[in-house]
Amino acid sequence: MAHGNGTVTLSNEEVLRYSRHLILPDVGLDGQRKLKAGRILLIGAGGLGSPLALYLAAAGVGTLGLVDFDVVDVSNLHRQVLHGTKDVGRPKLESARERIHDVNPHVHVELYETRLTSANALDIIRDYDVVIDGTDNFATRYLTNDACVLLGKPNVYGSIFRFEGQASVFALEEGPCYRCLFPEPPPPGLVPSCAEGGVLGVLPGLVGTIQATEGIKLILGVGEPLVGRLLLVDALTMQFRTVKLRKDPNCPACGTHEIRELIDYDQFCGVTPESHVTNTNEIPEITPTQLAERLRRGDDIDLIDVREPYELDIASIPNVNLIPLGTLAEALPTLDASRETVVICRTGARSGRAVRQLQAAGFRRVYNLAGGIHRWADEVDPSLPKY
Amino acid sequence: MPITLHLPTVLAKLADGKVLDAEGETVGAVVADVATRFPALAPRLRDGTGNPYPFVTFYLNDEDIRFHGGFEAAVQDGDELTIVPAIAGG
Repeated sequence: MAHGNGTVTLSNEEVLRYSRHLILPDVGLDGQRKLKAGRILLIGAGGLGSPLALYLAAAGVGTLGLVDFDVVDVSNLHRQVLHGTKDVGRPKLESARERIHDVNPHVHVELYETRLTSANALDIIRDYDVVIDGTDNFATRYLTNDACVLLGKPNVYGSIFRFEGQASVFALEEGPCYRCLFPEPPPPGLVPSCAEGGVLGVLPGLVGTIQATEGIKLILGVGEPLVGRLLLVDALTMQFRTVKLRKDPNCPACGTHEIRELIDYDQFCGVTPESHVTNTNEIPEITPTQLAERLRRGDDIDLIDVREPYELDIASIPNVNLIPLGTLAEALPTLDASRETVVICRTGARSGRAVRQLQAAGFRRVYNLAGGIHRWADEVDPSLPKY
Repeated sequence: MPITLHLPTVLAKLADGKVLDAEGETVGAVVADVATRFPALAPRLRDGTGNPYPFVTFYLNDEDIRFHGGFEAAVQDGDELTIVPAIAGG
């Protein structure tokens, strides 16, 4: 027997499955039918995307779109509960589809195994009712924002770092957008990523379930959406507070509407592939194999590790000088620019920036350890753990 | 004007903690006070010309200062200033 009016109906199995929703004031049969007819797009199937996909599927959102092009890494599993140990090495979208169908086989899953770009964003987003931003970089956040503003789609924002998170709902006609909150991104390298700075595993669970709640409220049309407010979550003090977000009349996206089409967001965020390649070429490198051979020969080389102290506790090369990247400038007077120097970090990104900083300070024989301590573990010391 | 400044965890290590007492007649003066006391924090709060960054938002008692005169916004005894930097993790 089918339950409901119009085109969307619930089977007896679905009625039983959603029974705690159906007896809930403000949801009921009509609300559950709205959820089944609802189409939500998740940008990212990682930390935030995991609780989002699980809870939205369980709640009975009829169609879930997922955009991601990553594969599951074992270091994802402390927070990305959508994926399991058996999924390591598989595309995230594959494990996501399996898990979602296990949670709720009634959900239709649409997969986009691609990076969201200016070329595909409007076409992907166009057919959804709600977009939820769970990406891990500024360029995709500005792209998602602008595409949602152009298409008039609500954009449920969430972002996390270490112990803190932010959430809001953007791109509703009357409300502000992401650019009203942060008109421009920080320069590349200023704000560490979660891979560099770490993140508390349960934090995306907290923020992702807040985003899922907002997505469901938007589909149901109940309650007060988190529009015009920025929710700040601090897991260490366990304080949740909201500050007011205002629509900026000068915002080029939602205020003046001077952004009429999508732009080059890598360039906007200062991470154009061209400049990246050029910059990489400018950084002199030494491979772990080469460095190990030179150290074995007894060559006189200064080793500077620019990671944080707690990272050296996990894995390190003997006899390094620990100078976290953030303190390199103040440590410069203690360093000898005439010495041959190799700079080390986890994978080579931070040490690359340090090499440039040292070059600017007059170091002529300074090299980046290519691939960082990870590649050192591959090539030289397999006993070291990767993290 | 004594006020309370709330820093995000990521900046707290550059100061005495997440909650600071600070002084000033305007938000800009409060930021200058903190920048003097914690030089390592200074470049994270304002640019080389002393202006706020577009990726660090200041809230004075939950109101975005950009809509209240920016660093010129006047502060009162007991106000709370919260600093919210852009983060992108997901």
